[in-house]
Amino acid sequence: MKLLEVTNLTTYYKLREGDVRACENISLALGRGEALGLVGESASGKTTAALSLVKLLPDNASVKSGSIKLDGREIAGAPEEELRRIRWKEISIIFQGAMNALNPVRSVGEQIVEALKIHEQVTEKEAWRQTRALFEKVEIDPKRVKEYPHEFSGGMRQRVMIAMAVACNPKVVIGDEPTTALDVMVQAQVLQLLEQLRREREMGLILITHDLSVVGETCDQVAVMYAGKIVESGPTETVFGKPAHPYTRALIAAFPDIEGKRSLAVSIPGNPPNLLYPPTGCRFHERCAYAAKVCREEEPLMLHLAEKHISACHILNGRVKH
Amino acid sequence: MKNLAAIDAGPESLLMIKDLEVHFAARAGLLTALFSKAPAVVRAVDGISLTMAQGEILCLAGESGSGKTTAGKAVLRLVEPTGGEVYFAGEDVRSFRQARLRAFRQQAQIIFQDPYESLNPRQTVFAAVAEPLEVNGICRSLAEKEERVAEALQDAGLSNPRELFIRYPHELSGGQRQRLAIASALVLKPRFIVADEPVSMLDLSIRAGILKLMVDLREAKTISYLFITHDLSLAWQVSDRIAVMYLGKVVELGSADQVIKTPLHPYTRALVSVIPVPRRRDAREKTLLKGETPDPVNIPSGCRFQPRCPRVQPRCRTEVPPYIEIERGRYAACHYVG
Repeated sequence: MKLLEVTNLTTYYKLREGDVRACENISLALGRGEALGLVGESASGKTTAALSLVKLLPDNASVKSGSIKLDGREIAGAPEEELRRIRWKEISIIFQGAMNALNPVRSVGEQIVEALKIHEQVTEKEAWRQTRALFEKVEIDPKRVKEYPHEFSGGMRQRVMIAMAVACNPKVVIGDEPTTALDVMVQAQVLQLLEQLRREREMGLILITHDLSVVGETCDQVAVMYAGKIVESGPTETVFGKPAHPYTRALIAAFPDIEGKRSLAVSIPGNPPNLLYPPTGCRFHERCAYAAKVCREEEPLMLHLAEKHISACHILNGRVKH
Repeated sequence: MKNLAAIDAGPESLLMIKDLEVHFAARAGLLTALFSKAPAVVRAVDGISLTMAQGEILCLAGESGSGKTTAGKAVLRLVEPTGGEVYFAGEDVRSFRQARLRAFRQQAQIIFQDPYESLNPRQTVFAAVAEPLEVNGICRSLAEKEERVAEALQDAGLSNPRELFIRYPHELSGGQRQRLAIASALVLKPRFIVADEPVSMLDLSIRAGILKLMVDLREAKTISYLFITHDLSLAWQVSDRIAVMYLGKVVELGSADQVIKTPLHPYTRALVSVIPVPRRRDAREKTLLKGETPDPVNIPSGCRFQPRCPRVQPRCRTEVPPYIEIERGRYAACHYVG
C-alpha cells in the first residue's frame, strides 16, 4: 500500500466569469520515505493540487472530485475537524515565503510550541524541550527559540519553517517552492536538510517547484504539470534521461546545465493559458513546436511508456510526426 | 559570445573602478548610541577594482550580503561611494555635479529585480516609459515622444507597442512587465546598464527570453551590462567575465567558462559545486559550506572567507590574501591559489 495515493483530483476556482479549471484529474502516488517533484511553471496548478490534499484553499475553491488515500484511508471530503487533525500531524506544508507564513509578532519558538501543544497534547515544558531539540535538528542555535522571525536571515527562517513542518512527525511533508528565494549555497543546505530528515523519519516529500534542476538531485519521482494537468510523470532519471513530452523537454532546455557547453537556455514561447478558457485538445498545443490538427481537436490520452513512466501526447501514439 | 582577447579592457575601456568603497554607519540601538564611542561601520563594498570594455557583459556574482548590489548602485552613484574611483568613458564619475550627472545617468541605466515593485501600478505603460524622456527634457512634441516610447517597447521585445500604451502593469504578465522595465531603461538610449537580478523573479521558462533580449541588445546597440546575480549558472550563460564577490570584495575574476569550469578560489569552488545539475550527484562531489555570509559589520581577520573555508590554514587567519593576477586576465585572492 502506498503512503499517499491521489486519483483524479480536480479542483476549480469559482470566479464571476466562470470556473478556473486549475487542476484536473491529477493522479499521484508517493511511497514511504519517497520524494516526488511536482514541476511546472507559475499557474500550472501545482500548488493548487498540493493544497487540495489538505484543503488549504481559498474560499472560492472547491475540490470537485477525486480520491486522496493516506495510508489507505480516504481523506477526500473529510470533515473540517478531521482535516484539522491531519494538517501538521500527518501532512504538513513548508511555504515559500517564510516571512509571510510566520507570525511576525510572536517568537518562532512560541509558534512551534503552540502547534505541539495542540497536536501532541504535551505540557508547555515538554513542548519547549522538543522545540529546542528541533532547532538543533535544523542546525539553529537552540538559544534563539525566543527570537522573532525578523531576527533571522532568509535561510534561517526557512529552517524554522522546516522545524515547524516536521514538529509533529508527519507522514508527508509538502514543500511549496521551499528554496526558491534563497541563495545557491543556502538552497543546497536546505535541500540537504530536507533530504536528511526524510531519510531519518521516513517521511514522504512532495517538492513543488518551477525549477527542474532542483528535482534532479532530490526526488525519486517527478510529475510535470502544465495548465492544470499532468503531462508526464515517472522516475526522475527516466524523465530526465528520456523526456517524452515536448513540454518536459522544453523545461529541461530552459535551465542551464553547467556540465554542458555554454549557451543561452531556450525559453518556451508564449505564456501559460488562462484556465477560465482552457485550450481545446491538448492544453499545450498553442506553445508546442510540433502541434498538428489533432492536437487542437483531441485531448491526448495518458500512455504507459515504460515502468511507471507515463505521458500524454499525440506524438507518442504516432498520430503526430515528430 | 565574444572572444575574450577582445575584452582585455585596454584604453577603450568603458568603465574603470578602482578600490571602490561603500561604507555605511550601522544603525545603532539607543543604548549603543548613548554609550559606545564610534558607531559601527558596515563595510558593504570594501575595495573592489574592475575594468569593463565597451560592449562587455560583466557579471558580479555573490550571495546576499556580498555587496554586489551596493557596488552596482555605487557605480551609478545611486549610493555615494565613500572611497575609490569610478571612471566612465574616461571621465571621473565621482566629480560629476548636476547637469553632468544627469547626462551620465542618461547613458547609464539600471534595471531592478522586481518589476512588481519598480513599476508604478498607477502609471500606464506609456507614462512609465515616457517619464525618463520628460524628466530629461527630451522630445518636445507628443508625436515624437510616442515614437520614442514605441521604439523602446519594440526594442524590449514587446510587439504592437502602441496597443500597450494604455495598459497598466497589472495587465501584463511577469515577463512582459520585466520587458517594460527594460524598455524604460532603453528609452534614453544608454550605453551601459546595471541589471540587478533582472530575471530572478521569473519562471525559468520565461527567463531565457529576457536574457536573450539583453544579449541581443548588446550586439544591436552596443550596450554593456554590469549583470548582478546570485545565480552562477545564469552568470555563466550570459556574461563574458564573472567577478565573484564575498563580503564586499572580489575574490575571483575570470572568463565565464574559467570561473565555472575551473574555479580557483575555495569559495567559488564551493558555490560551483552546489549548482544544481540534471542528475543525481554523489554528496561527496558537493562542498556545502557551513552557515551564512557573516555580517559586514564584523569582518573576520585575515582572509574574510577563512571562518567558512574548507581549506583554511593558520596563515589565513592573520594575513589578508592579496588579489593578484594568477594567469592572464585571471585574478584571485587566496594564499593557496596559483
